[in-house]
Amino acid sequence: MKLQKASRYALYAVLHLASAPDRQHSTAEIAQEYGISIHHLAKVMRTLVRSGLIESVRGVGGGYRFAGNVRRTTLWDVIHEFESLESDIDTPDEVAGTAGIVISGLDSVNSEIDGLIRSTLDSITLKTLLRYGVENLERRV
Amino acid sequence: MPGTAQNNKTAKMNNNRIAIDIRPATVADSAAIVALDAEITGTDKSAYWTDILERFTDSAMRIQRHFLVASSANGDLVGFVVGEIRAWEFGSPPCGWVLALSVSPQHRELGIGSLLLDALSVELKSAGIATIRTMVLSTDKVNLSFFRGEGLSAGPYIELEKRLD
Repeated sequence: MKLQKASRYALYAVLHLASAPDRQHSTAEIAQEYGISIHHLAKVMRTLVRSGLIESVRGVGGGYRFAGNVRRTTLWDVIHEFESLESDIDTPDEVAGTAGIVISGLDSVNSEIDGLIRSTLDSITLKTLLRYGVENLERRV
Repeated sequence: MPGTAQNNKTAKMNNNRIAIDIRPATVADSAAIVALDAEITGTDKSAYWTDILERFTDSAMRIQRHFLVASSANGDLVGFVVGEIRAWEFGSPPCGWVLALSVSPQHRELGIGSLLLDALSVELKSAGIATIRTMVLSTDKVNLSFFRGEGLSAGPYIELEKRLD
């Protein structure tokens, strides 16, 4: 699985904001923290606001803050705002004979993999992901 | 002590605390368990739960099998968990299987599921078990999220099946 850049940036931003829901951060702060393009992140943030996952805060010290439920929002809820994650092996539609068997078999495997990816991403909440991060870091120490 | 669930656990509700008692199930809990399961799944499985209760409350099997219930202060059954130690099935060394875990829809988000899983884990750990395992429908987001939130993640086994029609 390779996530598109927009999905990755969205995960960075949403998880960063969700880690401290009572605080707000600017696009520039998040871009600097993760070493990513502020211009591209700004576009992602607009999509996230429209989806209701984050909200903008105006005024002095304004920025964005998380607007969802960390115990309910899953990684899939964030990613599917940007991509479907369905495998695409770019095969011809109209094939017959041996080619038809090969393409049909590959479609079947793709479907199984897509189902596993979807159920994994849709079962990991932001809270769980943040806990994975803490535990991984603790194990490394 | 194996087979003896810790009692008087406390679950959190709307920032107030409600007393939740977790204890081993008895055959007398049968009707409440059947009713709770039917409320959640929409299917009455009286025969199934009666059989499970008989087998899991057999004192001779107390080390291997655990059926714990959670009840509120007024005695209402609000949840249950069923677990069993199995060895060498699918080639696996002994591990604890969480066969069922249910919480009344009116008592969700209070931490009762966590209390039940913790109580079962204590029983299994005291019997020398180091790993717990369960199986959840891949589209069951609520239960998958719950178990992942409790620290479970994908293990080394993959469930495979085939339709026989």
